[in-house]
Amino acid sequence: MIGDYTFGEFTSILAMQGFAGLILFSVFVLMALGLAIIFGQMGVINMAHGEFMILGAYVTYICSHIVTEYVPGLFPVYFFIAMALAFVAAFALGVLVEWGMIRFLYRRPLDTLLATWGLSLILQQVYRSVFGAREVGVTLPDWMMGSIALTDMIEIPINGLFVMALTLIVSFAVYFILFRSAWGKQVRAVLQNRVMAGAVGINTKRVDALTFGLGCGIAGIAGSAFTMIGSTGPTAGQLYIVDTFLVVVFGGAGSLIGTIASAFTISQAQSTMEFFMSGSMAKVLTLLTVVGILMLRPQGLFTLNIRR
Amino acid sequence: MQSPMHSDSTFFSRQGWLSFVVLAAILLLVLPAAFDIFRLNLIGKYLTYAFVALGLVLCWGMGGILSLGQGIFFGLGGYCMAMFLKLEASTPEATKIQSTPGIPDFMDWNQLTELPVWWQPFHSFGFTLVAIIAVPALFAFVIGAAMFKRRVGGVYFAIITQAVAAIMTILIIGQQGYTGGVNGITDLRTLLGWDIRTDDAKLILYFVCAALLLGCVLLAQAINISKFGRLLVAMRDREDRVRFSGYDVSNFKIFIFCLAAAFSAIGGAMFTLQVGFMSPSFVGIVPSIEMVIFCAVGGRLSLFGAVYGALIVNAAKTSFSESFPELWLFAMGGLFIAVVMAFPNGLAGLYREHAEPWLRRLLKRSVARPAVAAAANTAN
Amino acid sequence: MHVSDTEQKDFLLAVEGLTVSFDGFKAVNDLSLYVDENEIRVIIGPNGAGKTTVLDLICGRTRPTDGSIRFSGQELTGMREHEIVHAGVGRKFQNPSIYEDLTVFENLELSFPRGRNVFGALFFRRDAEVRDRVEEVAELIFLKDHLDTEAAILSHGQKQWLEIGMLLIQSPKLLMLDEPVAGMSVGERIKTAELLNTIIRNQSVIVIEHDMKFVEDIAHRVTVLHQGKVLSEGSMERVKHDPKVIEVYLGH
Repeated sequence: MIGDYTFGEFTSILAMQGFAGLILFSVFVLMALGLAIIFGQMGVINMAHGEFMILGAYVTYICSHIVTEYVPGLFPVYFFIAMALAFVAAFALGVLVEWGMIRFLYRRPLDTLLATWGLSLILQQVYRSVFGAREVGVTLPDWMMGSIALTDMIEIPINGLFVMALTLIVSFAVYFILFRSAWGKQVRAVLQNRVMAGAVGINTKRVDALTFGLGCGIAGIAGSAFTMIGSTGPTAGQLYIVDTFLVVVFGGAGSLIGTIASAFTISQAQSTMEFFMSGSMAKVLTLLTVVGILMLRPQGLFTLNIRR
Repeated sequence: MQSPMHSDSTFFSRQGWLSFVVLAAILLLVLPAAFDIFRLNLIGKYLTYAFVALGLVLCWGMGGILSLGQGIFFGLGGYCMAMFLKLEASTPEATKIQSTPGIPDFMDWNQLTELPVWWQPFHSFGFTLVAIIAVPALFAFVIGAAMFKRRVGGVYFAIITQAVAAIMTILIIGQQGYTGGVNGITDLRTLLGWDIRTDDAKLILYFVCAALLLGCVLLAQAINISKFGRLLVAMRDREDRVRFSGYDVSNFKIFIFCLAAAFSAIGGAMFTLQVGFMSPSFVGIVPSIEMVIFCAVGGRLSLFGAVYGALIVNAAKTSFSESFPELWLFAMGGLFIAVVMAFPNGLAGLYREHAEPWLRRLLKRSVARPAVAAAANTAN
Repeated sequence: MHVSDTEQKDFLLAVEGLTVSFDGFKAVNDLSLYVDENEIRVIIGPNGAGKTTVLDLICGRTRPTDGSIRFSGQELTGMREHEIVHAGVGRKFQNPSIYEDLTVFENLELSFPRGRNVFGALFFRRDAEVRDRVEEVAELIFLKDHLDTEAAILSHGQKQWLEIGMLLIQSPKLLMLDEPVAGMSVGERIKTAELLNTIIRNQSVIVIEHDMKFVEDIAHRVTVLHQGKVLSEGSMERVKHDPKVIEVYLGH
């Protein structure tokens, strides 16, 4: 199949597919960052993570409607507002869920998994009741719509660039919050030794709630970004949850760099293969490879050898 | 002094036998007497999930291994049976309007011109029966060996099995020329010339299903009360102690995972026979995790609870989706949360805490009314 | 191979050049240790000296980076945990690790060395041999009257004994006990010392302990670890007066 293309065409295809992969990569990273915080730092399995993402997407959708209806002048920049609101909404719901459910289940990870799955079912039905079963899309401002032509064969869509820039900013912010701020130090202290952290005056309950909220909030941002590349339906989040978990586990839970690297590997592998075979087979092959590698190296790619 | 704990309980305790007899009476007498064949066929379908729940009690409740991929094995068993039935239904005469007569219709629609090699052995009923158990068990063995030998367990195991379930669904849907795709393998008619769509056949299949289930309950209970059963619980709570008492922990986990897979596969095969088709919608992430809830509602530590849990949740699902379809997801979601947070030992736990003491008082007061006990026991 | 066999014939356990590092940190560093048949050896040392890690290495819980562990002529490094148990090494953990939901009888029975593979466990029968042996061990660990007691409600000291009993029932050639008298009353300590002195008619024991009184009661020889290395070794008397030991451990 490769023989049908000239070398120039072939590299262009690779570049275009690579770029398509980069957008997928961005959504993966945003999703996975949130999950990496919740799973990697807190050890909680949040199966409703996809629904938090979709919450962000719906918030963006609502914003786009309200802005076009009432304040069309703001339309070119509404996306930034929507994104902030998406974060706030998902963050608030996250804190609420932590307070109402997760905090009772910290020592029972498998049960958390089941309970959050239940939560995801409820959220899906809420979305369906409120927004209908049909998928919805948002209208993007004009400046985001075009694309930049690099060569006459390679075009880069602006919204893709935007999503990537956003991912970069969020990743740095997360890194800064977790590893450079006093609060991040508290989060890691609570993770390593809850009793001692409490004893030295850290409000562990507050840290738990905020950490969980932060993870969910980032999922909300992911949802906002997601609206640019796909349409939003009540069950769209469920399609991403397994992939996202694999990204986090594959990268080695607890390692942010690992999460990003593994999101990159998986999304690139998938979008490159998608050009040569059907989408479903590309996905099967990608997932199979990941699962296969995880079976050989269960600790993931970037985990340090620690003293047991 | 020789206490009852002390002497080896060769098989069931008295109470175990009683629960078993009650279950058998419900499945073989009460339900067939109370419902028409349409409803009984539905109950038979629910019972196929009880096989899965039974396996999950052993694997998850006792052994602490949560598999979110039991749908894989349910599906593999069901597909093996469906392949056999489909081949029987696709005689050259029955399919003479196809461009290639003699192959399943969906293959013809997908421009296949001959039967794939791996379909060939499913012409044989004997092979099919073996494959229903062996294929899923072998698959479980591969997954289990890869994971447990490397000490992967807990949430990692759950996530990996879930991913495998996802892969399986995508694969089945994507390869529709070989698998029937998203519609699955449909339009199954006869088993060795015997029409499985008639009411009589459905009645017989119900009894076959119930009998097989009771057999699996006995087998599971035998394992439960053997030293293996005690080791499973010991491994769940103190894995290192078991390991340093000279046991190869991974082998025990692999065995119980394979057994749970085999149970699920029997359920899947019975599902195909009673419902008349098999499709990827019983394989993927969502059905697999629903199977866990059947087990959790019944009580993750109770074999009998698992059967009742599968029956009750599925019956509720049917009646909900008939009358308030939009409420079903709320109810299901609420069930997941409630069973984890409010009653982790499920119905069996509720029975043991509330119904049993009450029952005992009742029995003390009137020893001469054993019928009451049996009736109340059905609430378990 | 043959030469080293004859060289080490006298020792039940010969640990040589044992090293393990966790991301560069050497928890055990070039350690050598020899234990005779029927000897009680006590390992002492300040926190973080690598005592528990040494036991972990011998029983296969942690893999050494370097070095050899020979046990009655067999190389243990590279063997899997249960194989090491089968070879005759028993290990008690620092916190009593017993099956809380099961009775004392069942705890001991699960440790009885028969039916240790999948099918063996499925078809295991509780026959007279098992019952006699369980009762014999229960008597030894002072729990004869508690056979039907659920292990969870035993006192802390009794739990420690039960775990020792779970090792004894396997008749290991070497018992490794991590702080066996932690949390015991004085009376229980004396009984435990008695127990250990009975045991060593047939087997050797390695004990990690902080309680110096208890160490003096039982130890044939004492090994002092410090920063993953052997600091001093010999009789309690000798070790007590070793200036190096006084500096890091005994003297405050």
